[in-house]
Amino acid sequence: MRYLPKSPAERHDMLAAIGAKSINDLFSSIPERYRLREALNLPGPLSETEVIDFFKARAAENSGGYTSFLGAGVYNHLRSVVTDAIIQRGEFLTSYTPYQAEITQGTLQAIFEFQTLMCQLTGQEVANASMYDGSTATTEAVLMAERLTGRRRILVARSVHPEYRDVLKTYAKNSGLHVEEIGYAVSGTLDQKALQAALKNDVAAVVVQSPNFFGVIESLPPLADAAHASGALLVTAITEGVSLGVMRAPAEADIVAMEAQSFGLAPSYGGPFAGVIASRDKFVRQMPGRLAGQTTDSEGRRGFVLTLATREQHIRREKATSNICTNQALCALAATVHLTLLGKEGLREMAHQNLSKAQFALAELEKIPGVRRAFDAPFFNEFTVELPRSVKIVNAYLLREKIIGPFVLGTAYPELTKHALVCVTETTTRAEIERFAAALRKALEQPL
Amino acid sequence: MTDKIKKATRHTNQNEGLIFEKSSPGKRAFELPPLDVPAADPAKSLAANHRREGVEGFPEVSEIEVIRHFTRLSTWNYAIDLGMYPLGSCTMKYNPRVNEFVARLDGIATEHPYQPQELSQGCLKILQLLEKCLLEITGMDSVTLQPAAGAQGELTGLLLIRAYHEKNGNPRKKVLIPDSAHGTNPATAVIAGYEVENIKSESHGQIDVDKLRDLVTPDVAALMITNPSTLGIFEERIPEIAKILHDKGALLYMDGANMNALTGITRPGDLGVDVMHLNLHKTFSTPHGGGGPGAGPVAMKKILEPFRPVPILVEKEAGRLALEQIRPDSIGRVKAFSGNFGVLVRALAYILAYGPGVRQATEDAVLNANYIRKHLEGVFDLPYSLPSMHEVVFSDALQKKNGVNTMDIAKRLIDYGFHPYTTAFPLIVPGALMIEPTESESREECDLFIDAMRSIAEEAATNPELVKTAPHTTRVRRLDEVGAARKPILRWKPEPARSEAAD
Repeated sequence: MRYLPKSPAERHDMLAAIGAKSINDLFSSIPERYRLREALNLPGPLSETEVIDFFKARAAENSGGYTSFLGAGVYNHLRSVVTDAIIQRGEFLTSYTPYQAEITQGTLQAIFEFQTLMCQLTGQEVANASMYDGSTATTEAVLMAERLTGRRRILVARSVHPEYRDVLKTYAKNSGLHVEEIGYAVSGTLDQKALQAALKNDVAAVVVQSPNFFGVIESLPPLADAAHASGALLVTAITEGVSLGVMRAPAEADIVAMEAQSFGLAPSYGGPFAGVIASRDKFVRQMPGRLAGQTTDSEGRRGFVLTLATREQHIRREKATSNICTNQALCALAATVHLTLLGKEGLREMAHQNLSKAQFALAELEKIPGVRRAFDAPFFNEFTVELPRSVKIVNAYLLREKIIGPFVLGTAYPELTKHALVCVTETTTRAEIERFAAALRKALEQPL
Repeated sequence: MTDKIKKATRHTNQNEGLIFEKSSPGKRAFELPPLDVPAADPAKSLAANHRREGVEGFPEVSEIEVIRHFTRLSTWNYAIDLGMYPLGSCTMKYNPRVNEFVARLDGIATEHPYQPQELSQGCLKILQLLEKCLLEITGMDSVTLQPAAGAQGELTGLLLIRAYHEKNGNPRKKVLIPDSAHGTNPATAVIAGYEVENIKSESHGQIDVDKLRDLVTPDVAALMITNPSTLGIFEERIPEIAKILHDKGALLYMDGANMNALTGITRPGDLGVDVMHLNLHKTFSTPHGGGGPGAGPVAMKKILEPFRPVPILVEKEAGRLALEQIRPDSIGRVKAFSGNFGVLVRALAYILAYGPGVRQATEDAVLNANYIRKHLEGVFDLPYSLPSMHEVVFSDALQKKNGVNTMDIAKRLIDYGFHPYTTAFPLIVPGALMIEPTESESREECDLFIDAMRSIAEEAATNPELVKTAPHTTRVRRLDEVGAARKPILRWKPEPARSEAAD
């Protein structure tokens, strides 16, 4: 087998050196009757070429040749080949969590740079590296708020990603948290009156997303004021990080939970991505996950180490801030390389292109009779439109035109069955937007 | 001293500051195609209080500087690709490059989790085949691929157990965890809403079965066991342990972190285990990447199947596959979308490359561990003498006499061209040297490691100061961790250039 570096003679000699007659001697502690007598029934072995052929055949059964208008938490952005070239260097790819700082300074310094970039983006003072994804980052941010406030009630906007809310509920069920949902106003933003009515001095966190799941931007300062007035913390989830290239940082939030997928990570059918928690310095000891810190070596040179480990499971066991161990380090590295490539101007330009394309797409769609913008608050690269008929039926028609239609909001929001969440990014061309608008117009002209 | 260090030598190493320190306004490393629609005016499309003009402090550098920066950083890392990485419990084995290639294919990396399922049959077939392979390997009835890592797999497993007990009328209160367990086990039990009760190991390092019998009360929901244990020892009485639990209605959870010792040899499902997680980034060779991403699928017996997290993969008419989002008894969703799909792709590529021959990998892993044990026994103290599986745990008791501890030996190993073994673990061995070579090491590499360890033992006796001040050859010496934690500096901030910044 090509991955195994031993000849039969070497195996024989090594067994002899141990004093074992056969390899089976080394498994003598497993009771005989539980040892497998036959080989496992697994497909293979496959040569390298056959492995590639197998996956190419699977790839061909997917969505090649279609144009997509899906976002909803996973975004298609330009990625540089440089990022992949860097993260495929064996020194990064095949290295472990950097516990031995002297020979993992590369990973540690890159994590430190990632933390810095995340702070700059979010306007926060400290950021970890990393959580599994935006959904678990949001959940961990809520658990962090619970530890910080000693309170148990959580108010989460219905305009937070439905799957993020699901994950929060799964974790909350056995942590003694009470999760209540707050609806949205006609503008698509959080219903502030409902929030005010629900806010009491037993609330640990108010959880919003911005841009929210309908694509619209929440105004954070009044939400932060409202939360703080009753002693609660404001947790802000960000699913579309590119928005921060033109949008104000969520500096008023006490804890930001961000999905970093938009920063150079492929959609990859939903993962692996990277979640981030960013917050204020004074909350750092309740933060979960890895943190790299700057220090000096015994000769005074700058270096980096994993720090504040007394928060973590390998030291604190059942008293840890989280059970997270393996996280998404290589994805965080990809995001670091990608954001470094883009730089200040590149990220701004990418964000501006998203904004421009979305504005253009909305204008094109609004020309179609019966199509109207559903929420009037400002948006970034996603917006909600109301169609004169069910989105599912429309999407089935679009599919015949080789278009993967917008996200169907009706599944998660039964009151929005005619509402579609449209996403365009810098990768969507004007021609594709125009083709989509034309196909949608035709779809709506079809007899029911 | 240097003639004893056969594997490594010194070479020039590039200095490199932080990327922020190289930044100069106006440089850029990435250009976008021109905008092909009218440019939006942010002042109009965003309310004034939502706008900003670029991210303050973001780096401004060119492409060559990005390449050099990260390439230089990379050369400061040790990696499997450079040599043996004997971290016990971490299973640092070779990460085949073809797995990286297939995970990046158009049609794999490009797929959106919400695209129609009729356009996702390729992705779903990958998930289905991986599920089948993991069931065959574990001997279990059902599996979820959702969890993003081992610790999330543990949580999923315990939530399944909790849901099962709740369905039977009582979630129960306690989870039993041996004192040799990974730190994630107790941390996870708490999140699942359970109290942790630690069980002391008996003198051979195994679970004290008689004590266990007394501890399993109707309050106990489950026992979390690692098998082989973190001492690298197979729990011989595991079928009996399972029976003790089952007789009292409790379940047996197995931490599958050490599955590299069992794959193709025996199956946890046959041993009486009810639920277990697998670390695909250990046994199934998806790259550790400096700390993830991983994947922690959970395999289970039939009784736990109704509680699996959503989405659930199902086969419909004519072999059409679908993900179902609603199940009445499900514990819910543990992660957005469909697991760490890209990691699952790599694990399947690994399994397909071996096929049934994966048993040979297990045999070689156990062979290497025993070969190293044989040659270091006596040189280092072996606190538990039962047969080793895929890893061997020594202690620093012999070297302690000269004031040299396991961390010193580990750091000295760096000078010899190896990554250290695991030092801080398992907790039941003070001063542990936990060595897991994996199947990826040749006899030559094992011999070099053995020579290095013997040489360090000799140094510890004759020149302990040399070992205690190691490493001597790295670009930085031992770092001030206490200082780092006392006054944390967790991000770069612009400030007037200081002398140390020049590095």
